[in-house]
Order: sequence, then C-alpha cells, then structure tokens
Amino acid sequence: MSNVFMGMPTLPVFGDGNLHIEEPFPAAAHRELGNTQMRANLRHATHTIRDKRLKVVAELPDWEQLRDAGSATKNHVMANLPALLEEFETNFTARGGIIHWARDAQEANQIVADLIREQDTTEVVKVKSMATQEIGLNEYLEEQGISAFETDLAELIVQLGHDKPSHILVPAIHKNRTEVRDIFLAEMPNVDPNLTDEPRLLAMAAREHLRRKFLSAKVAVSGANFALADSGTLAVVESEGNGRMCLTLPETLITVMGIEKLLPTKDDLEVFMQLLPRSSTGERMNPYTSLWTGVTEGDGPQNVHLVLLDNGRTAALADKYGRTALNCIRCSACMNVCPVYERTGGHAYGSTYPGPIGAILTPLLTGIKSEENSTLPYASSLCGACYDACPVKINIPEILVHLRGEDVDSKRGEKKLPSQMDLMMKGGAWAFSSGKHLGLLEKGLPLGKLAGGRDKKIKRLPGIAAGWTQSRDIPAPPSQSFRDWWKKDHEPVAPINEQEKLTK
Amino acid sequence: MSAKEEILSRITSALRDAPTPGPVPREYRTVSDMPEAELIELLVDRLEDYKAHVDVVEAADLSATIAERLKDASSFVVPHGIDGTWLADAAPAGDARRRIDAPGAVLGVAELDGTDAVLTSSAVSIAESGTIVLDGSGDQGRRAISLVPDHHVCVVPVSSIVRLLPEAMQRMDITRPLTWISGPSATSDIELERVEGVHGPRQLDVIIAKGL
Amino acid sequence: MKIALFATCIVDAMYPQTARATVKILERLGHEVVFPSGQACCGQMHINSGYMDEALPVVTNHVKAFEAESYDVAVAPSGSCVASVKHQHPVLAERCGDSALKARAEAVGAKTYELSQLLVDVLGVTNAAEQLGSHFPHKVTYHPSCHGMRSLKLGDRQLDLLKSVAGIQVADLPEADQCCGFGGTFSLKNADVSSAMLQDKTKNIESTGASLCAGGDASCLMHIGGGLSRTKSDATTLHFAEILASTLDEPVSVTGEILVGKAGVR
Repeated sequence: MSNVFMGMPTLPVFGDGNLHIEEPFPAAAHRELGNTQMRANLRHATHTIRDKRLKVVAELPDWEQLRDAGSATKNHVMANLPALLEEFETNFTARGGIIHWARDAQEANQIVADLIREQDTTEVVKVKSMATQEIGLNEYLEEQGISAFETDLAELIVQLGHDKPSHILVPAIHKNRTEVRDIFLAEMPNVDPNLTDEPRLLAMAAREHLRRKFLSAKVAVSGANFALADSGTLAVVESEGNGRMCLTLPETLITVMGIEKLLPTKDDLEVFMQLLPRSSTGERMNPYTSLWTGVTEGDGPQNVHLVLLDNGRTAALADKYGRTALNCIRCSACMNVCPVYERTGGHAYGSTYPGPIGAILTPLLTGIKSEENSTLPYASSLCGACYDACPVKINIPEILVHLRGEDVDSKRGEKKLPSQMDLMMKGGAWAFSSGKHLGLLEKGLPLGKLAGGRDKKIKRLPGIAAGWTQSRDIPAPPSQSFRDWWKKDHEPVAPINEQEKLTK
Repeated sequence: MSAKEEILSRITSALRDAPTPGPVPREYRTVSDMPEAELIELLVDRLEDYKAHVDVVEAADLSATIAERLKDASSFVVPHGIDGTWLADAAPAGDARRRIDAPGAVLGVAELDGTDAVLTSSAVSIAESGTIVLDGSGDQGRRAISLVPDHHVCVVPVSSIVRLLPEAMQRMDITRPLTWISGPSATSDIELERVEGVHGPRQLDVIIAKGL
Repeated sequence: MKIALFATCIVDAMYPQTARATVKILERLGHEVVFPSGQACCGQMHINSGYMDEALPVVTNHVKAFEAESYDVAVAPSGSCVASVKHQHPVLAERCGDSALKARAEAVGAKTYELSQLLVDVLGVTNAAEQLGSHFPHKVTYHPSCHGMRSLKLGDRQLDLLKSVAGIQVADLPEADQCCGFGGTFSLKNADVSSAMLQDKTKNIESTGASLCAGGDASCLMHIGGGLSRTKSDATTLHFAEILASTLDEPVSVTGEILVGKAGVR
C-alpha cells in the first residue's frame, strides 16, 4: 500500500465527461415515452434477451455459487485496489506494456491523443468501450483533427446515424432492422442500393464497409473487460471479430480502462467469464475473447499502452453505501430486465450509463449535486428485478434509496420554500410516528368518503397527487379505520386451544 | 504529485472506513468426471448451436477430412508448426494452395486477406460452452492468421477437451496471446438476435480428432 | 399461538376489511390475535423517498410498538411492509448512527412474517378449503407484488393458497412478474412511466377474463384497482386474505363486500 498521506487531495473528486444529464429524468422520460416505434423496438429486444438469459442461466447448476464468488471477488478487489493496481502495473510493464494514469476525462483524452500523434496518423479504429464513451474521447479526437472509426456494428449504426447510444451492450437497441437499413443506405458510401433489412445482410454490409479500415489501421483504441493483476493480462470480450481486428492488426494499441476493472488472478477470470456472457447477450459464451499480456514478439501490436482512469471512481469508492456500484461488469442484464428502461429507453437517462446501474453509477461518479443527475435515483419503482439479475449481486434498489437520501439531505441546507413533497413527508412523519396521531387522523376518514361522491371514487387530486389521478382513481376511504373497529367492535376471542386448556 | 500517486492516495483515503471483506467462496464446479464420449457429444452440440460445422473423426481419417473441408479453398494458410501429416491429402508439400506463416517469413495482411482459408490446431476446448482456445503455439500460429481469412478449419484433439471453464483455465498459460473462439463471428446488435458472419471468419469448421 | 397483527397504515386507514379478514383467518385457526396499539406505519414511504430524518421517528415508533406487546410472531398482510421491517429498518438505523435501534429493529424484524409466509411456513396451511373453509366461486388472476416476490422470496405461497380455495378458478396472468408501476412516490415523481407500466398490467389482467386480480399488497392493489377503475374495466382487485376469509356461510363478493352474516369477525 502506498503511504502518500502528505498532500492528500480533498475528497471526493468527481468525474467529468458524458455523465451530466441536462434534462430531469421525468421530462426526458415523458418525451421518450411518446416515441412509439422506439418503445416497440425496445419491448421486442428486451423481451428477447430476457428469455435467452433465463434459459442459459438455468443450465448452470452452480449459477448462484458463481454469483457469490463474483460478488465477493469484486468486494475483495475494491478493498485492495492500491496493491492490485501496483501489482498489475509491475507485471504489465515487465512484459513490454506502458501504463498511463489519468485523474479525469480531460487527462485521459490528452494522453490518448498524444499517443496517436506519435504514430503520425489521423485515423484510429475503435472497439466498443464504455470508458471512452464516458470520457467523450471521440468528440475530443475530432477536435484534435483525428478521426475515430467505431467498428462495433451497433456503435457504427449510432455513429452513421448521428445518434447517441442508448444501451451499454447494444447501443443501437432503440433502432429496428428497417431503421438500420435506412441509415446504411443514407450514410454508408458504396453500399448496395438494393440492401434489404435482413440482419445477416446488414452485418455483411458493415463488414464490407470496415474491412479496408481494419487492414490499414496503424492505431487502435480499445476498452477492457478485465485485467489480471498477477500476470498483467488484459481481456476484451466481443462477438463480431472487430475486437480481434483492432487488438491484432495495428502496430499500436491504446486501451482505456477504469481502475475498478482489476481481478486478482486467472482463477477469478473463470468466474467472470461464466457470469458475463450469460448475463449480457444470453449466450453460453460470446464468440470471441482476446487476452494479451503486454507485448508478444511477432504477434499483434508492438506498442501496447494502457490508460488507467479514475474520473470519479474514487469518489464512488468513498461512498460506503454506494461503492459496490463499482463492482459492475457492464453486462447490461439490469437494463434488459428493468420495466422503466424498457419503456423510456436509454436516452432518457442522459448519461453514458443508462438503466438501473446508470441511475446509481452516474450520480456516484459526478456527485448527486451535478445538474439534473439528482433525478436519476428516482427513475425506479424499486421492483428489484435488477438486483435479481445482477451477476455480481449489486443491491441496486438499496443504493437507489441511499442516493435519494443523499439528494434530500443535500437540499436541506438550501433556504428555499419546502416543496410539496417535503411537506407531505413532514406531515407523514408526524402522522406515522405514533399510533395515536394516526388514529386521530383516521377520525377524518368519513370526510374523505364524502369526497368520493356517489361512485365512491376520487378522480382528481391537486398538486403532486395529480400525477396519481392522471391515470388512476382512488377509492373513497371507509367510514371506519381498522384501528377504530378493533377498539370498538372486536370482542377478543379466547383461542380454541386456550379454551381447551381452561376446560381442563 | 503524479497522477498515479494522486489516484492511489484518493483510493487509500476513500477506503479508510471500508470493512475488510470476507473470503471469496469458491463453491462453484471446478472439476468434472464426464466420460470422453459425453464430452465430445456436449462439445458438438454447443458448436453446432453456434452454427459451426463439426466432424468427429479417428486420427487416421484426419488428413482426408481436412482435405474435404478445404476442398473449395483456392488457397489456405497453415502455421509453421502444424503436423505435416495432417496435410497429406489436402496439399502435400509443394502444393501451391498451401501458404506457410512462420516467424521471419510472415504473410502480410493483404496476403492473408487474399487467402481463402486457414488451418490450425487448438490448445484446449471447453465442452459446456462450446469454446475453443488458441494460444499462439506453433501449430496455431500468430493471431492474425486465424482472423483475416474468411474460413477457419480448426482441429480439436480429443485429449484437449474438458467440460468446464475452470478445468480449461488450469491448462492455459495466461500470459500467451489467447483467443477464445465460440462459433463463427456473430452479432446480436440488431434486435438482439444472433446472426452469424461479421468481421471474423464467417465459416468455422471444427474437426474433433479422436486418439490425439 | 399469540400473533401480533401489524395492520400497516394503508390497510388500517383505507382497506380495514383486509386486516379484518386476516384476523378472521388466524382466529379460525385457533390463534389469539393482538393489535399493538402504538403501531402506525413501517416508514417505507419516507425511506424510499429519501427522507431518512423523517423516517427515523416512524421506524422508532414501529420498533417500540412491537416491543411493547408480548407475542410469538408478528404478521402483516403486506410483503412490501414486511420487507421494509426486516431489511430497511436495520439499514436506516445504521445510517442514522443508532446501533442500539439497529439491534432492536433486527429483533422485531426476525419475528415478523408476511401473511402467506406465516400461514404456510409456520402454521402449516396448505389447503385453504380444508383448513380455513375458504370458498370463493369466481375466476381470479393473481399479481405477485415485487417486494414479496423478490425481497421476501415468497415464491408461489400466495398463489398456491389461492388455488386451494374451494370453487375458485385461477387464470395465469401474462407477464405476472412485471412491476405494476406503483413504487410509492415513484407513481407521483415519475407519473408517466408509472402509468405506462400500469397500462400494461391492466391490459394483461383484462386479457385473462378474470373478474378480479388478487394480490398480497394493498398498495399495489390500490394502484392496479385505480387503473382498472379509470379504464372502466369490469375487473377489480382484492387482497388474498379476503378471498381466504370468504366461506359458504359468509361469502365475500368480488368487490370485497361480505354478503351474508354480520360484517364482523365472529
């Protein structure tokens, strides 16, 4: 462990990049809910993947044991991160790799751009990476006159469509096959004008489009799914072979990876390589996984770099109730099962990380006070489907609730008029902190009954409660509470066995 | 303070109140005693599910099967360390279709792109997930040769098949450049339905060789 | 057995018939039911809305109220409130730095059961028709509420009890495991998403042709029932306790009205 307590930075240091949402979640959700085509596409895709995941998970008799091992391993990693990072650096460096450390998005972007310039090129091929999406690398490179070509099919669809990703695994999940065909016809040079919307043909069109790029690229940029500390090994998990192309053919490979991605040894990789593919694409194994340890003479890139990124991860780590969010392996199972995500899509979350994990990870990385990020933890009915699906057992609902508490507490200091919600909660605290108080209030139930009118239904309420009555009635309350009935009308009955005892 | 020092000190500070986590429970399956015939059956099932073509042959028939799988290829690449007897039927020494990739005599990317197929052996295979691992040994070659040609013929010696990933990990040298292959190149990026054939080899033929 | 009833605030104030049915079932089995009078609410609404300071007195009150009474086990006709008592109370106490309260909350939580859990696991009820005289000659469908299903892992306990009622016809609910969209103040803060979820739930209920959707949480049932009512559906919602309480002599209607006999417990 390093002992650099002198000049300790003020914590937490939050992250920057494509993490700050500009529109409150409810407003963005309202807009996205109106997009019926997207909702139909998402419903189809999420239901397809749910069934596939359940089927392949059920095949493994030791799925829960794998989840337990995965969860405990990640907790172990977070608790020992400084030592594991040093160990990784030593091993990766000993095998010819070069490590760079980046405190934030800006620093990481600069490092990558400088490394690209050293190779005298203005073009790079990229394999899908959440970390580079998070730091806005493509936008930064473009400003620097460097073109970054996304090579993952879904990333390509998003890039050609001048769109934004809406899912961490399948960034174009909001587009159906016909929409993809239309984007290719409009944006892909030399595409066959008779291209149909058959997925196989669309995939082949992407192959034609990118082949030249792969064969001539001098520099590739990747992310990494795992890094093994005791050997200095990096791993990329993919399907299409675009990853292999990027990791194998160019002379220079630059990988950007969050500091939380480490695993101690290859014994841990065997756990995660069973958890990840089944949780993400619902496959027994993804088509291709590449592992490399520094430089191998005569095989693959000879200039191998790794940028280790903080960008708010240490801030998340400092949150004792939220830090397990860093255990995430970016499988996307939580969003695939989320009823909120299924209906709003990923764009409503406004961050690189959508869905349930995004609703906790984004505000943990940026701090709850960042712009509208405080609205994200409320984007859940707390149904718990995400926690059940999470391969590393992140208790997402509990962290959502914790972050709501952070949000409410962060606003207590502000000298503003209390919101309707504040007043409701204050009133509720009075009513619900004593049986007497609640009993007193319940004396007013007959008044509510009057409000119900003849059909005994309340159909319109004012203020924040109008949200309820936009699509639901409320029954008029009863004339007598249970408490009141119990006190007045319930004659205590001696239980049968007690009666038996008495007669004996 | 360097970026490294600063990040490490941020982490140390962030963890000040962190509890010491418990030991990692490893109660998942790490060994299996599945008989050879069932291992082969399971691997075949998984590979065919991925739309790979699979032959299961005796060692004596390997050369003829390789020739059959490569019969439509006008050229193919083999790594320098491949067993010469495997090629007795497909392309005996001197055959123009056969291109050898060797350290110091590597084929260029354009040349690989102009080659129809590749023949390699493999290091270890996992039956339960239908995964074949290449580790860059002499009979498997450097990574580019099994990537750029569109048709990969891969020999899996029966002795290299295990049931579980943890069993396979014991046989892997993690520091070699490893490629785990589970079927031909595929994508699930359009409507989350898997379709085969993107950037990697679109045709994967696996020959499971008994007695090897 | 002496059983302490935690009625829950919503049942106490809005659905007293659910608590009365719970009492009826337990007394029919020969147990003594007590009602700790200090009880009010589990505090879930405050906790789930992030108002931890306001939740603390509510949670403290619950713990006190259930410490004040002597009983063998406590029961609530709500998976959600029981999950809060068992899981959220200790976490909240810890967050507020009150380790003594945390231990006390854990003790109360350990003795608290959701109704179907108590009936099946503790009281050994597997056949409602035989053991409770339950009779309900209607076609129903069933929504398993999220917290009961996922936090308490109730499995099919409620559904199996319903299926064992005489005369009942239980229709499978499509996409039953999907949340109805209630989520407490979620239904207010994210009313649009909540409504979209509710719409799918009510459509699925309608598709079964059942006259009502049964469930184990009054809050979800109020939400679903409110949606059905707004769309002028013929279907309603009813707590499974009321269906179990329904007998040939004192039948309960699909809208929860007790049709014959004194509208009391006896």
